[in-house]
Amino acid sequence: MANKTLSGAEVIIECLKREGVDTIFGYPGGSAIPMFDAILDSSIKVVLTRHEQGATHMADGYARQTGRVGVALVTSGPGATNTFTGIYTALMDSSPIVVLAAQTTTPNLGKDAFQECDTSGMTFAAVKHSYLVKDANDLPRVMKEAFHIARTGRPGPVLIDLPKDVTAGPCTAPFTDQMDLPGYKIPTYAPTEAVEKAAEYLKKSKKPLLLVGHGAMISGASRQVKELAEKLGAPVACTMLGLGAFPTDHDLSLGMLGMHGTVYANKAVLDCDLILSIGSRWDDRITGKLDVFCKDAIKMHIDIDPAEEGKVLQPDVFMCGDAKLVLEQLLPLVSKLDTAEWIKTCQTWKKRFPLTYPKQGGLRMQHVIATVSELTKGEAIVTTDVGQHQMWVAQFFHINHPRQLHSSGGAGTMGFGFPAAIGASFGNTTGWPVVSFSGDGGFQMTEAELATAAIHKLPIKIFVMDNKYLGMVRQWQDLFYDHRYSSVDMQGNPDFVKLAEAYGIPGLRIKRAADAERVIQKALEYKDGPILIHCECEKEDNVFPMIPAGAPLTAMITEPPKAQLEKPTGST
Amino acid sequence: MKDTAHSISLLVANRPGVLVRIALVFSRRGYNIDSLVVSPTLDPNFSRMNIIAHGNPDILMQIIKQLEKLVDVVQAKDHTNTDAVEKELALIKVRCEPGQRTEILQLCDHFHANTVDMTEHSVIVQITGNSMKVDSLKSLLQKFEIVEYIRTGKVIMLRGEDKT
Repeated sequence: MANKTLSGAEVIIECLKREGVDTIFGYPGGSAIPMFDAILDSSIKVVLTRHEQGATHMADGYARQTGRVGVALVTSGPGATNTFTGIYTALMDSSPIVVLAAQTTTPNLGKDAFQECDTSGMTFAAVKHSYLVKDANDLPRVMKEAFHIARTGRPGPVLIDLPKDVTAGPCTAPFTDQMDLPGYKIPTYAPTEAVEKAAEYLKKSKKPLLLVGHGAMISGASRQVKELAEKLGAPVACTMLGLGAFPTDHDLSLGMLGMHGTVYANKAVLDCDLILSIGSRWDDRITGKLDVFCKDAIKMHIDIDPAEEGKVLQPDVFMCGDAKLVLEQLLPLVSKLDTAEWIKTCQTWKKRFPLTYPKQGGLRMQHVIATVSELTKGEAIVTTDVGQHQMWVAQFFHINHPRQLHSSGGAGTMGFGFPAAIGASFGNTTGWPVVSFSGDGGFQMTEAELATAAIHKLPIKIFVMDNKYLGMVRQWQDLFYDHRYSSVDMQGNPDFVKLAEAYGIPGLRIKRAADAERVIQKALEYKDGPILIHCECEKEDNVFPMIPAGAPLTAMITEPPKAQLEKPTGST
Repeated sequence: MKDTAHSISLLVANRPGVLVRIALVFSRRGYNIDSLVVSPTLDPNFSRMNIIAHGNPDILMQIIKQLEKLVDVVQAKDHTNTDAVEKELALIKVRCEPGQRTEILQLCDHFHANTVDMTEHSVIVQITGNSMKVDSLKSLLQKFEIVEYIRTGKVIMLRGEDKT
């Protein structure tokens, strides 16, 4: 189709429609005006955010919720730089987003023009791929490629740098499905020999463990994971981002492993004779001290990213491919293992070392989270921010469904949770409420998006877990730095109920554990848009179990230590 | 593990930014690129890059995988210890008084090097060959005063009918 009369901006918007985009998140500015003008004549909904970081986190939340590509549209200069945290967050968690960043005109490039920024240059290290479009006739191909790259293989963020003369000028190139990506390969099935070798190892295993990561979720492999676990009789541990790819309430589930994982998951890691990672990248949060991690166990790894092979540890078998397809290859080759003893051992650990929290003292975040989980029967889309509350959500919210929990894992981006809840809410077709858990620190980083939630009357239950501290940092200072608190006191916190009310959002407050159930029930019953629940929590609570960073899994501590601990050797 | 030098050959899509993307894979680990050759291929849509870098072999192997993963990189291969022709070209400007010419020219002759410029007090020697040969001539010329010195970095091509 010839489209002589269309501008570059109009072509971009038409390409978005052809990619099935119905909602984008954005913030305008001078050089983005042609695109914001063109979108007025389309059916695409633009969600005007209050900050570009919010727009990228929303696009990310939308992508995690739907499995489709989330889109952010921003202006040049500071508009673009404000998206970098969101782009990096999406890269670290393999989330498919496309960021359309306006730019000064092409003749102005490199001349320090007003709001010029070398956006593509600054983001090379944070994107899966990026484009600087200097000829409007490249737009149909670039848009096609950008969405393809963002969503396929190991998904990730793609940035398109769009000079204003390119978007305002004419584009005469036809719309196309043709792509020019000679270097881009998408693994599908793993080599047969590798899968056969894995099956052989499995046959010999008496104490197998499945380690399920985000890759399993992205690939849509939860049915295959369950089938494999049940067919083999193998217990399953999930990474934080893998939670939901296998139901936490399943008999074979050991919940989350790693630094703040369950005792029984970590014990299983220590004791298993074979570990099969399905779309997990052996992150330092889960392996602890690497040279003793699963030292005597056979290690097998399914990953769609060939560069993950041997990146952290050298597996006995690496199966490069899409988790779902590789599991379908593997399933016919395996049969029930003699694991009755092993499962019994794991069940005993589960009974002996359950996740608990102290019931005395002030309001506990764990109590709030467990109550929300119970009252919603676990039927809620949950987003978290980063820190103590995040770990407690992973521990105490019963995540039983894929794409139910959205959290910034790899990047640990404070400020992610609430805008991600907004994005997820736009993509939510489950009929379940969206519950956003944030700490008082992280919430204040992106709280301006209260306006966005209010305008669109999004049914989000916004929990602000306020302990008036940067709790996780305080916990480290408490345990490892001789209780010397440095810059963690959040003195100056607002009254979050009043803050919500200032945006026209009703606010509730919980101060005592005894009130939690009643107030949470009220919040869940509220049907007229967002509602904020200010939880004034116990100030100095610590997350256990805990494995100090860089320590072996055997160094797990399950309760407040009596003596000062050594400073951790691992990162953060 | 001991640091070793690696010869990496890349086939890349000829697009702006591709060199930065490649350089970043090295720089994020604090790795240095010792030498770099970029050249067109028979197909104008692609370029060939040869990179020499030294470091921990395991990490370099990971770097090669991460290079291969870049959308614009069609192929990344380690040609260390493979049967490949590896050549470099160097220009060496040496201070050369008339009385020293014979000795310098004899050295050049031995290494099949050419003189490509000569003045009253200087000579530019051009040498082509593998790295060791270039190093050897350079070290022999050091007894004279080397004024300036530049080399291209390695160009690599697999022997036989297979493509690099």
